[in-house]
Amino acid sequence: MNKKAYLLAISCSVVAIVGLFIAVSQGAKSIPLQTVIDSIFHYEEVLDMQLVRDVRLPRAISTALVGGILGITGAMMQGVTRNPVAEPSLLGVSQGATLAIAITFAFPTLAGSLGYLGAALIGATVSGLLVLAFSMQNARNMNMSRLLLAGTAMSTFFLSLASVIALLTNKSQNLAFWVSGGFRSADWKSVSLLVVIGGIGTLLAFLLSPRINIVNLGEDVAIGLGENPVKVRAYTLLLMIPLCAVCVSVAGNVAFVGLLVPHIVRKVVGQDYRMVLPFSFLAGATLLIWSDVAARLVNQPYETPIGLFTSLFGVPFFIWMVRKEKG
Amino acid sequence: MMKKRTTLILSILLLLLLGVCLLSLSWGTYQISMEDIIKTLMGNGTKLQHTAIFRMRLPRIMVALAVGIALSTAGCILQSVTSNELAEPGIIGINAGAALAVVLLISSGGANYYEELGTWSLFVMPFAAIAGALLTAIIIYLLSIRKGLAPTRLILVGIGVNAGINALIALYQLNMSKGDYNRVLTWISGSLWGSSWKFFYLIAPIVLVFFCITMYKSKQLDVLDLGDELATGLGVRVQRERRVFLLIAVVLAAAATAVAGNIAFLGLLGPHIARKLVGPVHQRQIPVAALLSSMIIILADSLSRNVFSPIEIPVGITISIVGVPYFIYLMLREKE
Repeated sequence: MNKKAYLLAISCSVVAIVGLFIAVSQGAKSIPLQTVIDSIFHYEEVLDMQLVRDVRLPRAISTALVGGILGITGAMMQGVTRNPVAEPSLLGVSQGATLAIAITFAFPTLAGSLGYLGAALIGATVSGLLVLAFSMQNARNMNMSRLLLAGTAMSTFFLSLASVIALLTNKSQNLAFWVSGGFRSADWKSVSLLVVIGGIGTLLAFLLSPRINIVNLGEDVAIGLGENPVKVRAYTLLLMIPLCAVCVSVAGNVAFVGLLVPHIVRKVVGQDYRMVLPFSFLAGATLLIWSDVAARLVNQPYETPIGLFTSLFGVPFFIWMVRKEKG
Repeated sequence: MMKKRTTLILSILLLLLLGVCLLSLSWGTYQISMEDIIKTLMGNGTKLQHTAIFRMRLPRIMVALAVGIALSTAGCILQSVTSNELAEPGIIGINAGAALAVVLLISSGGANYYEELGTWSLFVMPFAAIAGALLTAIIIYLLSIRKGLAPTRLILVGIGVNAGINALIALYQLNMSKGDYNRVLTWISGSLWGSSWKFFYLIAPIVLVFFCITMYKSKQLDVLDLGDELATGLGVRVQRERRVFLLIAVVLAAAATAVAGNIAFLGLLGPHIARKLVGPVHQRQIPVAALLSSMIIILADSLSRNVFSPIEIPVGITISIVGVPYFIYLMLREKE
């Protein structure tokens, strides 16, 4: 680990912790820091403390976890496809999950038996397998524009179907909140989902990281080193599906985080994915904590959907990246 | 040989288009039989039939026709200019730019969408759309220049700009009341709901003029397809021509968006099928594509009106649902 990496780790942690405190104490009603600390250690049934315990705290933790998970999914996808734009929302996987959620909206009985997570899982699986079909077909020259065009087309398709369903059931504005992302409904249940699924997924991702490193060297080199790139790519995609699904079921579609974070991280820690993955988790968490704070505070007491925020700063970054790329 | 074939295809398509129009005229909540349609068109129908056809269905079909021609021509142009078969005004953000401008214009007037639009805003609308689309196109163009204009970069930047503008529109939209929200959503997804003759008179001249210019310049498009070096060798000022064509495509896409909202993939479907039918020569491809796209949008619109009646699905959504599988099929088939 070099000096810059240490610096990134420390500064990210500090910024993240400060962000967490602000996220818990600031909002439509600001709560003094002392009350926040008290509500963790000496809980009493007062409104402020209830607010902290039941709303603010689970929400803040959810944002951190979702940001971290999105960072990791982006990093590993970019590693195995060697494609700088690989990211669940740009590939249409998140939108597939969103469609499935829209369907459960329309049929409440379905929502009862499946839950949003189950629905998101099915949607993410279908769209993830489509992406898999794409990237398997000619992995050797899967270039940036083709993957992006395919992703854009698929997201349009899924969102179109979702809008039809929403229009027919008169729920389009509800759907829009899922499409643009937000943590309004985050509670302790979401936290535990994120911890369990995200935890297992993250662990598996770390175990995969040495093999991602090898695939990242290129198709021929990987084969030469005795690694089957197709297999690693398939594992990674299969791992991405539940991770992406759990994020969408908690927060809707939060775009560009998985794109932005790994790029910055790679600049600092280099190409070793054993380092890139944990750092992406940390940086993603930090980014999303602060985005959520901004989303809640910019237009008080109304909340701006966080996915729109991340898009608005993700797009300039994306364009800068495209310009840098040759051809 | 090819000429004969093109004439044949054009006449078949015209007949088909006529059939689709008749279908669209008759199919609806109020069914009108073919005889009655002909009678009404001759001027001998009942008052109800007269109203349904002349006040509601016919203007809608005419607007759809103009939109189809505009978007397919814009698609043909963009595919040559970016040398990418998959380019289309919806994907690279030009439609979204126009849509943003119109949403801003309409909302700032505080008017209800469509119905209570004054003549003034109706007149200003296409120009606002063109301004928005032009501004977007200029931004995309400037952002994609880096030691010359690389066509691939233009598309990638366009996709990014599209995402950004859609986020802006969504941001704006979410602050609206539910009714307004649904209206704007319908319009953003592309819809012909509420089309009247006014809309047609508004965009028909623009579409006609720019369609003719494109046909007149179609040889230059053919030359651009050959690649920069060859085109320069043949005496075409490549960068200048690109800019001119881009401008034409922007105006056409904006005119279509002004009346029908953001309809994606229409500019892709027509040109592609046309290329398969009559080959990549633009003089033949553009008119065939225009007919095909018009047919697709009129048919899609009839479906959107009637399948879930009385609820109407935005026609842009119907086209996306059909268009995307085709698009993906194209991508999977194309081997580099």
